[in-house]
Amino acid sequence: MKDQLYQYLLMLGDNAMILGHRLSELCGHGPSLETDIALTNISLDLFGQVRNYFQYAAEVKGETNDEVTEDSIAFMRYPHEYRNTLLVEQPNKDFAFIITRQFFFDAYHLPLLEALMQSKDEQIAAIAHKSIKEVKYHLRFSSEWVKRLGDGTAESHNRMQTAVDYLYPYIGELVQETPIEKEMKEQGIGADLSLVRSKYYEKVKTVLQEATLSTPQFFGFHDGGKKGVHSEHHSHILSTLQYMQRTYPNMEW
Amino acid sequence: MSLNIDRLEQEFQAKIDAGHNIEPKDWMPEKYRKTHIRQISQHAHSEIVGMLPEGNWITRAPSLRRKVALLAKVQDEAGHGLYLYSATETLGISRDELFEQLHSGKAKYSSIFNYPTLSWADIGAIGWLVDGAAIINQVMLTRTSYGPYARAMVRICKEESFHQRQGYEIMLTLCRGTQVQKDMAQDALNRWWWPSLMMFGPRDAESTHTEQSMKWKIKRKTNDELRQQFIDITVPQAEFLGLTVPDADLKWNEESGHYDFGEIDWDEFWQVVKGNGPCNKERLDARRSAYENGAWVREAAMAYADKQEQKRLAEVG
Repeated sequence: MKDQLYQYLLMLGDNAMILGHRLSELCGHGPSLETDIALTNISLDLFGQVRNYFQYAAEVKGETNDEVTEDSIAFMRYPHEYRNTLLVEQPNKDFAFIITRQFFFDAYHLPLLEALMQSKDEQIAAIAHKSIKEVKYHLRFSSEWVKRLGDGTAESHNRMQTAVDYLYPYIGELVQETPIEKEMKEQGIGADLSLVRSKYYEKVKTVLQEATLSTPQFFGFHDGGKKGVHSEHHSHILSTLQYMQRTYPNMEW
Repeated sequence: MSLNIDRLEQEFQAKIDAGHNIEPKDWMPEKYRKTHIRQISQHAHSEIVGMLPEGNWITRAPSLRRKVALLAKVQDEAGHGLYLYSATETLGISRDELFEQLHSGKAKYSSIFNYPTLSWADIGAIGWLVDGAAIINQVMLTRTSYGPYARAMVRICKEESFHQRQGYEIMLTLCRGTQVQKDMAQDALNRWWWPSLMMFGPRDAESTHTEQSMKWKIKRKTNDELRQQFIDITVPQAEFLGLTVPDADLKWNEESGHYDFGEIDWDEFWQVVKGNGPCNKERLDARRSAYENGAWVREAAMAYADKQEQKRLAEVG
């Protein structure tokens, strides 16, 4: 049970961390100062959430191993131990990809947190409660940009449709229940993804429509991240993310 | 006509002498306007280009706490850039024109950002030394004569002093750590010390703008005075860290009450100013490509805003 809770916290934290990492790669390179600041802000919020989840995860794990800290969880795991979905590890190809990836995540993140606010686990409920204000803003920001770019110029529309078509097959994994999620749901700790799913697809459909973008025909999806089977991008992210901890092990920073 | 201008200029100078601020709608000599456009935009460009060397370490920060602090710091710099571009716009020039000047190489930015960040300790050294040097300049600018610039500086200074403490704290952690960490800190000081001294600009005898700038209260102290002030504050901090300042001629002068220091390599200074520093080309390329890759995004945002406006008018009409 403790181990399942720990794994569940990794799922929650890893999505936020890997997406936060992707956004942090952009800091200083955004298309305008305003968007640069906004995306960095989202990255900061996500890393704040990561710290909450991993501090709690360290506590959960700490009962059997007192060397576990938020940083050892963030930086010292093997690749297959990261449980983020494939969507969030997709690279920053252009601003259309960045915004689409963000929107696809935010539209799932909000109903997920709404469900987690009801969690029997007080810490998870408290983290969800604290994060939801941030995520409401993230979703507002990303869905406005989806509309702006989808219904902007011909070029922006085409770039957005390309990004939507490319990333759409990754969204199913977010709401696909794994055995750990099932167990957590049954314990009253985790979210019921079937309820999240219906809200999620509804939101995605509505915003894409408003943005004059077409929803791709569904041909199955890419998954594996939640089980630790990632895309080729993932280990490159880890080699950057873990660089200091791997090069200079066992030091305080 | 010229009598009229003479009188306006006298009144303008009297206002500055009396310690009043000049505001955007006030009459000002053309040269005052141009000098401010040059100086404030140079400052804005420095904030924006300055995001790059530190941004280089965000994805590799050694702990979650450090990562969040560095992200927030670099984001503050973007914010500073934003207020400073806005302050420059009050002088009748657009942000796009200012970017154009940066990208073409016409406008300058602080040369310090043309040096590379090679280790995590560089993030500490930049906070400690570069932000430390910047604060000395900027505290003076909170009392500068141009209102929007002075007000932007008040806000910026508060954040910069926080960044400076954060940088020093990174150095302190390294210096209390393992030998490898101490060596990393010393190496960073070795590389950043002299470029930090160069941040105050050429020696007074060679500074072309100082006299006029003092008269307009853009400057209240000379480059050499500010540089000395920085050295006097910073050397004891290095001693506290247990690091050695890379200057064999550095020593306390009992008589003057200041540190004497060695000769700055002015040839290096001018080379970097002219565009031949280690990272000048990379920094400008990064800014240019961010701007160029963002063009379609900015165009789309304008097109969308126009469409929304037309819809609104159609509903009203």
